[in-house]
Amino acid sequence: MTFFLEVLIGGLLSGVLYALVALGFVLIFKASGVFNFAQGAMVFFAALTFVGFTEVLPGWTGLAPGSGAVFWLAFILALSSMIVLGIATERVVLRPLVNQAPITLFMVTIGLTFFIEGVAQGIWGSHVRRLDLGIEDVPVMFLLDNFDMMISQFDVIAAVLALVMFVALAVMFQYTKVGRALRAVADDHQAALSVGIPLKHIWAIVWSVAGFVALIAGLIWGARNGVQFALTFTALKALPVLILGGFTSVPGAIIGGLIIGASEKVAEVYLGPYVGGGIEGWFPYILAMLFLLVRPEGLFGEKHIDRV
Amino acid sequence: MFYREAGQFKASYQNDQQIFPIRQDQIGFIALMGFLFLVVPFIANQYWLQAVLIPVLIFGLAALGLNILTGYAGQLSLGSAAFMAVGAFGTYNFMLRIDGIPFLVALLLGGLCAAAIGILFGLPSLRIKGFYLAVATLAAQFFIVWVLVKFGWFSNYSSSGVITAQHVNILGVDFRSPEMKYLLTLTVVVVMALLAKNMVRSSTGRKWMAVRDMDVAAEVIGIRLMRTKLQAFAISSFYCGVAGALYAYMYLGTVEPEGFNLDMSFRILFMIIIGGVGSIMGSFIGAAFIVLLPVFLNVAFHSTIGAYVPADLASNLELIIFGALIIFFLIVEPHGLARLWQLTKEKLRLWPFPH
Repeated sequence: MTFFLEVLIGGLLSGVLYALVALGFVLIFKASGVFNFAQGAMVFFAALTFVGFTEVLPGWTGLAPGSGAVFWLAFILALSSMIVLGIATERVVLRPLVNQAPITLFMVTIGLTFFIEGVAQGIWGSHVRRLDLGIEDVPVMFLLDNFDMMISQFDVIAAVLALVMFVALAVMFQYTKVGRALRAVADDHQAALSVGIPLKHIWAIVWSVAGFVALIAGLIWGARNGVQFALTFTALKALPVLILGGFTSVPGAIIGGLIIGASEKVAEVYLGPYVGGGIEGWFPYILAMLFLLVRPEGLFGEKHIDRV
Repeated sequence: MFYREAGQFKASYQNDQQIFPIRQDQIGFIALMGFLFLVVPFIANQYWLQAVLIPVLIFGLAALGLNILTGYAGQLSLGSAAFMAVGAFGTYNFMLRIDGIPFLVALLLGGLCAAAIGILFGLPSLRIKGFYLAVATLAAQFFIVWVLVKFGWFSNYSSSGVITAQHVNILGVDFRSPEMKYLLTLTVVVVMALLAKNMVRSSTGRKWMAVRDMDVAAEVIGIRLMRTKLQAFAISSFYCGVAGALYAYMYLGTVEPEGFNLDMSFRILFMIIIGGVGSIMGSFIGAAFIVLLPVFLNVAFHSTIGAYVPADLASNLELIIFGALIIFFLIVEPHGLARLWQLTKEKLRLWPFPH
C-alpha cells in the first residue's frame, strides 16, 4: 500500500508539471485559437536563456556566481526575452495569418518550433546544462520517518510552486482588467472586439503569459533533468493532457495533468512488467484516446466544438 | 497562347471525363513520364538517384497518402510515419516467412496490413475531429513504434528491431542497382498516383470531400460517415504502408522502427502543407521541396560560410532557416505550391493578351 501511494504521489507530482506545460497550450488556444506546438520549444528556450544568463551575468556585472541577485536578474532577463518572443511571434507570424485555417496556424507553429530551437541552441550552445535552483533532491524526512514513504522534497516544492502559479494566474484572470479582457476574448472574439478590447494587444499578452508559464515549467523541468534538447518533448507529454482535459479549459489542464501523471506511473509500475516495460511513452495517448471515445469533448472542454 | 483549350470539343461523355481533359496536359504528362522513365535513368548519377529522386518519389507517395486523409477527407493525422513502419515491417515479414513470395505481392500485403491498422486507429475519428483527432493519432505513432521495438518477432529477433531488406527479384530481374530501384519505385508511384487521381474524382473522392467540407450535410445527403472515414483511413494508410515498404527496400535497405518517428510524420505533414492540401501533384512538389531543402541548405552552407562557422552553429542555422522558410511559405502562400502552379496555368491561358 505504501508503495502504491508512493507511485501515485510521484505520478501526481509529475502530473503537475505536465499540467504546467498544458496550461501554456490552453492559454494560447483559448485566446487565439492557435494550437501552439512551439510551447515545448518555448519551455526549452526559456530554460536555456535563464541558464545562459546565470552563466554570463557574473562576468558582465561582477556579481558573485550563484547569488540571489544573479538568479533574479537572470529570471527577469529570461522573462523579458520570453515577452519579446511572444510579441514578435504575434507581429511577424500570426498577424499575417489571421483568418487562415487552423491547420495552417498549427503548421506555422511547427515551423516556429524549429526556428526557436535553432535560435536557442545557436545563442547558448547545444550541450546539456545543469540548472540549480537551490532545492535539494532528498526525500521529505517527515514522510520517511512517519509513513515510510519516499517522496522527493524537490517534487513537493516544484508542485507547490506550480500551484502558487495556478492560483496567481486564476487571480489575474478573475480580478484584473487584463484578465477580464483575456476572458472576454476567450469567450468571443467578435464581442470582445466590439466592446473595444484591442485583440492584437491581447494576443501579445497571451503569448507573453504563455512564455512566463513556459519559463516556470522550464526551470522546474530543467532543474530536475538538466537543461537539454529533450525539454522540447515536454510538449508531447502535454498533448494527452490536453485531450483529456479539453483544449479550452484551465482546470481541465490541471486535472488532466494529474490524471495522466498518476495513471502513467501506476501503469508503468503495475502493467509494464507484463508487456515488457516502456509503456510510459504511449500509455497516456491510448488512455486519452479511449477516454475520447466515451466523452469526445474532454473533461471540461466546450461541448459544441470538435464533435462529430 | 500555348495553353488554351479552345477548339478541343468534347463529343462524348468518355471524352469529357478522361483523366486529363485538356490536350496540353496530356502531352505534358506523356512528356514528363517519358523523361522520368527513359531519360532520367541515363543522365542521373548515383548520388542523384539514391539521395534525391528515390526519396522524393517515396515521400511523395507517403505525402499523397496523408493528403488523401487530410486534404480530401479532412481528418488530420500525425501518425503517417507509423503506418509507413507497418508497411515496411509487414512486407519484410511476408518476404521472410513465405518462401518465394513475389516482392510486389508482399508489397501489396504489407500495404494491406497498414490499411488494417489504419482502420483500427481511425476509429476515434467517428467521435472526434480536428486537433483532438490529431493528438489521438499520435497514439498510433508511439504505440506502433513501441510494439515493433518491443516484440522481436516483427524484426525476426534482430537487436533493437533493425531489419535488413531482402534483395528484390521480379521475374528474374534483379533490382540491385540504383537505376533499377529508381525504375521500380517510379512505376509503383506512378501507378498509385494515377489510381489516387482517379479515386479523388470519382464518387469515392467526392464523398471524402463532402465529409471534409461539412460532415453533417454529407450525412444528410446519404453519405455513410463511418464507412467513408474508415475508407479514407484505410486507403491513406495503404499508401503510407507501401511508401514505407519502398522506403525500406528501395531507399535505405536497413531500417529500424525508431527511424519512423514523429519527426518523419511531421516532415510528411510539412510536405502536404507546403505542396498543397488536397492536391495530388502538390504532394510530390512538397516532397521534393522538403527533401531538397536540407540538401540545398547544406550545399549552400559548405560553399559559402561553412568554412568559417563551427559545425554545430551551422546545423543550428540550418534549423533556423528551415523553420523560417516554412513560416515564410505559409504566410506567402497558405494554399501551397500547387496553388502557385494553378495560378500559373490560369495566367498562361490568357497570356500574352490578358484582356
